[in-house]
Amino acid sequence: MTRKLIEQKKKEWENSALKKVLDKNPERKECFTTNSWLEAERVALPPEMDERQWLEKIGFPGEYPYTRGVQPTMYRGRFWTMRQYAGFGTAEESNRRYKYLLEQGQTGLSVAFDLPTQIGYDSDDEHSVGEVGKVGVAIDSLRDMEILFDGIPLDKVSTSMTINAPAAVLLAFYIALAEKQGVAKEKLRGTIQNDILKEYIARGTYIFPPQPSLRLITNIFEYCADEMPNWNTISISGYHIREAGSTAVQEVAFTLADGMTYVQAALDTGLDVDRFAGRLSFFFNAHNDLLEEVAKFRAARRIWAKIMKEKFRAKNPRSMMLRFHTQTGGSTLTAQQPDNNIVRVTIQALAAVLGGTQSLHTNSKDEALGLPTEDAVRIALRTQQIVAHESGVTNSVDPLAGSYFMESLTDKIEEKVWKYLDKIEQLGGMVPAIEKGYVQKELQDAAYRYQREIESGERVLVGVNQYTIKEEGQKDILRVDPSIQQKQMENLKQLRKERDNNAVNSALQALRNGARKESVNLMPFIVQAARAYATLGEICGILREEFGEYQEAVVL
Amino acid sequence: MPKRIRILIAKPGLDGHDRGAKYVARALKDAGYEVIYTGIRQSPQAIAKTAVQEDVDFVGLSLLSGAHNELFPEVVRLIRENGGENIIVFGGGVIPDEDIPFLKEQGVEVVFTPGAPMQDIIAFIEANKERTAH
Repeated sequence: MTRKLIEQKKKEWENSALKKVLDKNPERKECFTTNSWLEAERVALPPEMDERQWLEKIGFPGEYPYTRGVQPTMYRGRFWTMRQYAGFGTAEESNRRYKYLLEQGQTGLSVAFDLPTQIGYDSDDEHSVGEVGKVGVAIDSLRDMEILFDGIPLDKVSTSMTINAPAAVLLAFYIALAEKQGVAKEKLRGTIQNDILKEYIARGTYIFPPQPSLRLITNIFEYCADEMPNWNTISISGYHIREAGSTAVQEVAFTLADGMTYVQAALDTGLDVDRFAGRLSFFFNAHNDLLEEVAKFRAARRIWAKIMKEKFRAKNPRSMMLRFHTQTGGSTLTAQQPDNNIVRVTIQALAAVLGGTQSLHTNSKDEALGLPTEDAVRIALRTQQIVAHESGVTNSVDPLAGSYFMESLTDKIEEKVWKYLDKIEQLGGMVPAIEKGYVQKELQDAAYRYQREIESGERVLVGVNQYTIKEEGQKDILRVDPSIQQKQMENLKQLRKERDNNAVNSALQALRNGARKESVNLMPFIVQAARAYATLGEICGILREEFGEYQEAVVL
Repeated sequence: MPKRIRILIAKPGLDGHDRGAKYVARALKDAGYEVIYTGIRQSPQAIAKTAVQEDVDFVGLSLLSGAHNELFPEVVRLIRENGGENIIVFGGGVIPDEDIPFLKEQGVEVVFTPGAPMQDIIAFIEANKERTAH
């Protein structure tokens, strides 16, 4: 469409009708921006594009470049997977919470591990003091996994595990558990997060330096390509980057740059792109600026499709599809007037659905105070169910497409993401960009600016810096029993007594030998150690000795 | 000339949520204090050692993982044990109200919970800086 006449008419409108109003009633602000400081036009115009360009940029769902979604029918076919991240305390307690969530209509599991598990320490390690069972469930060995999934057949659920540095170990526990349940590996469905680069940037549960970490990741890609065709081998995550304070543009840019690093690492080991790329998945955040978030998801899909097709020469369409999980924004929740968080989560859930997510976690209203209670989790799940069944936004695919503002915002985000990707390439890729502190600095400047705006009152947070009330004391906070560490320690002692320690030692020795040869895929060795009931800390301990540990580049 | 106030912002335990710690560190720097930030995943021993060696006046501990009842008192204890009698320790993070009296008893002077404005933290430092006499 050419816009000559429209632009001329717009000028006339600005000089007459608009001017009259502005003269009398100036707007609330000089400049309107999105949550991430992208300029928001007062009135967007139809984009300048012909039919061919429309087909190339927007097109149809399920077709390249997937701007409108990765499937032709989206939620008309089936809703997203409702997947609440959960886990705390012991495996028994978490198992009860999973069964509760499944009874309430949740359609997938998502395991939260405690910090010692995420960093490869057993519950009896000196580093684990105070942290056992706190932010997730404590898993020390296959024995804990048996309890965690007791009564949950692994061929009937899809399980997502938020595990990164020791992802190979938890995957091995899961495989060994499936063997015990009599479920074939090929049937297992689920995801491991397995995204180490964002741990260096934003999340902090790293163990090894980048190179051996990338080796473990590509070992998993290769192993699963052969043995576990339904497993998502990685969930390349922008979520935590955004939580750490990045803008929406940075969230997409850094995540896709991380993704490119993993693809390149796998190609470097000789894997064919279409053998593994179809199992890559992504994980994004959904914040409160509804339109910006929807545009972000659409832009991310379009950019990834181009990268996979043009840079990495993927041939299989599945390799080009950005499939993603979304979690609503934890950092947007307020400790003040926590009921208001239900409303925030609703807006964010809508953004994720209007943006075409494949699965969704909605946060509970009490998560600025601590772990969510069962009641709060139920409301969060009901929020998704209301969006799915009652809001009507699921009836049409990509229903915001063609909104002048939506398309222009999608283009704007895309353009700014490409600029970041170019810059990161100039720095030699994501690993050097992280080691130099560039990524962290960019992110922190945005986080600082954002918080400054809240402090100055320029940015309104309802219930925090405006519309405050005298708060009553917090109630109904879920507390983790502090005796859990003791319990886990006793279980470990028992385990070390009962298992065949010769089998453990020889499995660990084989793993050590494998680790010393770069070309060896470590997955079969780790699975063997898992079967023998070697603990997480023992397996990671061997790898720590062989690979060394990452030291944070502290950037302020 | 009076010595500039020195503040150590530290992350004990395994928690990687450092957005708040980094914001507070930077905002204190902008407010004219000398600020040292440890980075994440520091042991109580390492924090206490840095606090004493760097001769700081205040130590701000940030934790969002729920391990504050175990780790904050341990940091205070080790600071005192290492000769930092006058160092004032404060805390921040996701910390339930009902834990605060216990933490205070253990020597954490004040706890800033989510949404606490920066000016409260600065006011606390200004009100107490004389007590960290050298």
